[in-house]
Amino acid sequence: MLRFTLRRIFQIIPTVVVVALLIFVIFSVVPGTFAASLFADGKRAADPQMIARLNEEFGLNKPLLERFVAYVTDLAQFDLGTSFRTRQPVIDLINDRMGASLQLAIAAMVFALVVGVPLGFLAALRPGSVLDTVTMIGAVSGLSMPQFWLGLLMMYLFALQLNWLPSFGYGDGSFRNLILPAVTLGVTPLALLARTTRAGVLDVLNADFIRTAHSKGMSEAKVVRWHVARNALVLIVTTVGLQFGSLIGQAVVIEKLFAWPGIGSLLVDSVAIRDIPVVQGTILVIVLWFLVINTAVDLIYAAIDPRIKQE
Amino acid sequence: MIKTLTLAAMLSLGVASGALAAGERQGGTLVFTAPYGSSFATLDVQASPNTQEEFITQAIHRALYSWDSIQNKPVLELADSEDVSEDGTVHTYRLRKNAVFHNGKPLTADDFIYSYKRIANPKNAFPGASFIANIKGADDYIAGKAEEISGLRKIDDNTLEITYTGPINPGFPLMQNTTVIYPSNVEDESSFGKSPVGLGAFTFKEHVPGSQVVVEKFDKYYEEGKPYLDRINIVLMAEDAARDVAFRNKEIDVSILGPTQYQAYQGEDALKDHLLEVAEVYTRNIGFNPAFEPFKDKRVRQAINHAINAPLIIERLVKNKAYPASGWLPISSPAFDKDKPAYAFDPEKAKALLAEAGYADGFEFEVTASPNESWGVPIVEAILPMLQKVGITVKPKPVESSALGEAVTTNNFQAFIWSNLSGPDPLNALRCYHSKTAQSACNYTSYASPEFDKLYDTAQQERNPAKQNDLLRQANNIVQDDAPVWFFNYNKAVMAYQPWIHGLVPNATELAVQPYDEIWIDETAPDSRK
Repeated sequence: MLRFTLRRIFQIIPTVVVVALLIFVIFSVVPGTFAASLFADGKRAADPQMIARLNEEFGLNKPLLERFVAYVTDLAQFDLGTSFRTRQPVIDLINDRMGASLQLAIAAMVFALVVGVPLGFLAALRPGSVLDTVTMIGAVSGLSMPQFWLGLLMMYLFALQLNWLPSFGYGDGSFRNLILPAVTLGVTPLALLARTTRAGVLDVLNADFIRTAHSKGMSEAKVVRWHVARNALVLIVTTVGLQFGSLIGQAVVIEKLFAWPGIGSLLVDSVAIRDIPVVQGTILVIVLWFLVINTAVDLIYAAIDPRIKQE
Repeated sequence: MIKTLTLAAMLSLGVASGALAAGERQGGTLVFTAPYGSSFATLDVQASPNTQEEFITQAIHRALYSWDSIQNKPVLELADSEDVSEDGTVHTYRLRKNAVFHNGKPLTADDFIYSYKRIANPKNAFPGASFIANIKGADDYIAGKAEEISGLRKIDDNTLEITYTGPINPGFPLMQNTTVIYPSNVEDESSFGKSPVGLGAFTFKEHVPGSQVVVEKFDKYYEEGKPYLDRINIVLMAEDAARDVAFRNKEIDVSILGPTQYQAYQGEDALKDHLLEVAEVYTRNIGFNPAFEPFKDKRVRQAINHAINAPLIIERLVKNKAYPASGWLPISSPAFDKDKPAYAFDPEKAKALLAEAGYADGFEFEVTASPNESWGVPIVEAILPMLQKVGITVKPKPVESSALGEAVTTNNFQAFIWSNLSGPDPLNALRCYHSKTAQSACNYTSYASPEFDKLYDTAQQERNPAKQNDLLRQANNIVQDDAPVWFFNYNKAVMAYQPWIHGLVPNATELAVQPYDEIWIDETAPDSRK
């Protein structure tokens, strides 16, 4: 198990290196600079001296290779650089926002799990029933609905019409502020979990060992609890892991819409003004988060199903 | 208090219920929105050229001058009076004796010298350095050739002498967000970015990155009886649609409207009476690069101005949230010529001009454009069929906003569509058409006209404001005749406000930025605001 764990952890490193390289190359060739973005709204005349001073200060006049070496050297020392805009360490900016992003992602995942898995399970146990049909229609709708549009609908319904919840913002960090963005973000993984659970449970229900269990006189409840649930769990854990890993990245739109102070909105703002160190740092953190969660899922997967470890 | 209403003020519809209201009520919380992004870049506002940080500045800081939206001009803020020398270059300021920083330090001349040196310090590369450059000796200081700015002199604690490089109106450069005054007794300058200290009506309370800045009433503010509010939550709300819901749900007190919302709000009884409008000092235009052969000929540029039906685009696409432009200087500029008609929509005349210029068969050009709905790709797509009718083929070249800025300032375009600052100072706005102004600075269309230069240079030396404006009006008309750009429109900024909000003003420099110390909330406000 230790060897397996170490192997999975070390597999993260080359992935991070490739991603870091890609981010650097992409943002080195796209047009637009931070200094030019300061005048992009046309609300002030361009100041060539200031543009030159800023490009000099940020080392943007240096050759690409020299900049890349500096970037990789800093990265090897876990230094994500300094923001062009705020002149603060990128890691500090990410730290300021990471809590809100995690809060949102965890709340969305909990919502998806608590609602999606039982629904998928019940739908599979009663295939063709009204519950099954409604669940699957809901799941397809949830998967195909644009999050931005869904978020707006939620705002109109729960804030404007029913006046139950605040429509935007972090407020004082209260649970009420979290509900709408978390539910909006959680709808896609919920739909996916419901479908996956249903499919997984149906597969297991048709397996030989379930028939054997029934023929041995095991009660329906025991079959479901001991055989169906445990075997379907592998698929559910995989789906949860993949979804949870990508939720922080997916939250970009939701954070922007609900004015939620996570790293998603930080990333969008930073791309627009070409604050490259923040863009690079934020994307790296999102990728790292995805990889860590996936590794954790692999380890859990191996713990649930020993065949994986042996492979 | 009765103030003279200017043209900009008269253009506003909502001002009557705002600035002229009486019976100011003390107390309450204002929930104000900062709509230009999902974060504040820094709380050290001297370091930021962004409008987004001006929302903080207005609450916490003060500069030597401030913008008076009713008089439509800069006025003294941190000085009770000023004496100006015969040649107009030396200004002696008697500073406010009752102005105190939030850390308890009284305002003195040392704070100005410290602040202006900090802004101009070449190591900082602050955006306000170009404004400080109007002070004698600042150029040498910025270039690292001098230890001090020679034009700054402390006479005594309460008297400051500033020598400018010429007989300019220093109000414009020294009223900026980036030229506010910081206390000179703070040892750790990095603290300005975390817990700002200023002279404003509100003290810094809290910053939740990506969410809001909270400020509270400063009891020792120098304006007696002000501010009225106890607290302001300046919340970040970049999404128009989300802001719309929050405003209708009464969660926020003001909201800046885009064209679609403007049209919708005008049609709703509950909302239409609480819209504040003003002609802002931005001119939307398509700039022509004279390095591109057809644009060398003035007749071609004029033909384009005649070929496009700007009022139709403003009505259909911009939903009337703009004023048709006649020339460069906007309606709210003191040098605007109301008698000078705009280019008439006249395709036949356009064809004739093109034929005279040798382009009877037309030509093709591309317009570098951002996705902006009011001055971007959608507008280029709208002019496309109009120019097609006179034989000109237009191709939009879509880029992001930051890439647009880079393309224009590096002269890498055939034409571009943009919204550019054209006020409030007409002298500064027309500087962008002086042949000595670098293309990369703001003479984006490489405009050069000896006739214009002569008028501008004379205006620059003129100390009588009326005569100066007259000269600038003539200069502006020359630009209009030469048509270095297609004059599209002047932005009409619109702010929706809740009925319990009073004291908002038609700020032509940026409507979203309001003087918080003038704002008050009446007893009809929800309990959460009272």
